[in-house]
Amino acid sequence: MNFIALRMLMTDRAKYFGLIFAFAFSTFLLQNQISIFCGIMQRTGSQIRDVTDAEVWVMDRYTEYFEQTKALKDTDLTRVRSVPGVDYAVRLFKGNPTARTLAGKFASTFTLGVDDSTLVGAPRQMLLGKWENLRESNSIIMDKAGYALLFPGEPFELGRVLELNDHKVTLVGISNASAPFVSFPVIHARYSEAINFQGRERNQLSYVLVRPQPGVTAEELARRIEKETGLKARTTAEFIWDCVIYYMKNTGIPVNFGITIIVALIVGLAVSGQTFYMFTVENLRQFGALKAIGVTNSRLVGMVLLQAVVAGAIGYAIGTGMAAAFFQATLHGMATRGIILMWQAVVSVGLLMSVVVVAVSLLSVRKVIVLEPASVFR
Amino acid sequence: MNPSSSSQAVRCLSLRKHFGEGEARIEVLRGVDFQAELGKLTFLVGPSGCGKTTLISVIAGLLDPSAGDLEVLNENHGRMKAQERILFRRRNLGFVFQQYNLLPSLTAAENAAVPLMADGVKRGLAVKKATALLDRLGLADKAASMPRFLSGGQQQRVALARALVHEPRLIICDEPTAALDHKTGESVMGLLASAALSPDRAVVVVTHDNRVFHHAHTIAHMDDGIITQVETPKPALTS
Repeated sequence: MNFIALRMLMTDRAKYFGLIFAFAFSTFLLQNQISIFCGIMQRTGSQIRDVTDAEVWVMDRYTEYFEQTKALKDTDLTRVRSVPGVDYAVRLFKGNPTARTLAGKFASTFTLGVDDSTLVGAPRQMLLGKWENLRESNSIIMDKAGYALLFPGEPFELGRVLELNDHKVTLVGISNASAPFVSFPVIHARYSEAINFQGRERNQLSYVLVRPQPGVTAEELARRIEKETGLKARTTAEFIWDCVIYYMKNTGIPVNFGITIIVALIVGLAVSGQTFYMFTVENLRQFGALKAIGVTNSRLVGMVLLQAVVAGAIGYAIGTGMAAAFFQATLHGMATRGIILMWQAVVSVGLLMSVVVVAVSLLSVRKVIVLEPASVFR
Repeated sequence: MNPSSSSQAVRCLSLRKHFGEGEARIEVLRGVDFQAELGKLTFLVGPSGCGKTTLISVIAGLLDPSAGDLEVLNENHGRMKAQERILFRRRNLGFVFQQYNLLPSLTAAENAAVPLMADGVKRGLAVKKATALLDRLGLADKAASMPRFLSGGQQQRVALARALVHEPRLIICDEPTAALDHKTGESVMGLLASAALSPDRAVVVVTHDNRVFHHAHTIAHMDDGIITQVETPKPALTS
């Protein structure tokens, strides 16, 4: 009987394609919006994630997310180093000086000053040049998006000179740093030079980057540092989540994306539900004839569910394909780099669409169950 | 569930059926006594609204009677569970509807094979058997055609094949010639009499069409929910 169900489904081309389009469009919109939302949220922790040399971040106890820094005292670095279990602890500066090219193009930047001696925190993914070149005097490394912003249309070239808050610096490398939440160029410099780009304050130390000794977990060490120094210490993963949660709570981003996701779900449910219900109603006489012939209710329910599942599965597959094509097409764009179709979105939307398919089927199933087989004689 | 070899295919005694309750209650069958015998083409005739369709729906097990006794192929319907009744209907009854009720998405052969497939027979085997039956009914060249490409008479012959394919012992036809012109109707009724009827099978036909009455072995006249007269113009087939 399954083949009869499928033939019934596919014979009415207009409704069949309408149903598949509704499922496909809904899937595409849901996967698209969920992935973009997660991608943007992930960007809030990009610079934390890029630092692979340290596992614990130490900061002022009131710091809630990466952008919000209150400088620590230089003595705090020594206090952190004295905590048992610390393998090494180094400084990290974060500031937003303005970069200006010789051609006059300028932009606010996202500048990170890494420890002079160890270069812990320097970008490890380089597109041109070496991160070790930061040891040269007045040198910086800039990310590719920042380069494209400040030198639009120009090929990658090292040795270019620009100003950071009136300090002349030379470009010694181009990195593939993860996209930050705001589209500022990401610049890496040595700590001792980076603090001079920014206006002087009494304290300059933004973060202390710590690596635990072998045998000590990052979580364990973070709790120990908090206890012994009174500072806030977070593991890389914890700090990334802090940033995500901060932006979730304090910006309108989740609401905007949430509304789109809910609308996509409602539209998908309403359009596919309506189309499928109409399809069933128009086929009631056929279901009635099958019922009269002796096909059981459970068999008919199975047929209706099969029709919904097949239409839902095909629509879901097409929608997922559309979403994959979309993210493939936008993968290399400067503004959209790093935002990909997440497998979590594919799986969660798959589960969501399964619920939609069941919901869509329920009305039709009910209609078929209560159908009086004697109605075929009327 | 095993029909015996008694000559009676259908036996209704004081059968009653009403719809609704209270002031909305409508008494459709008011104590029907009706028999249909194996080997006979039994016509059920009467004016519109007299209860013919309700009676065959009750006989087919599509509606439950409100009161009275009903035996179909020596099985008491009142004692069967709902699921048993469906299985009994699937195995022992064939239907021919006024509007054919063919599935538009299936070919003629596939339509004719539906009762076999509903009973679990593999599609290929069911279609093969249905195609052979269509051949007997003169539709060999239309087996792969979709219903929309068939004339009314051809569609009714496919419906007849569907009613016969699983070799049921009782065939119930509701106005099988009503949607056909006289010549086609006569041809379909002729097929019904020749191909459907056999000594161990009964055919009950509800019809208004007095031009085909000459095919009947028994004609039961119905009016206002009861059988008013029974004629036996022809003897039954014997084995």
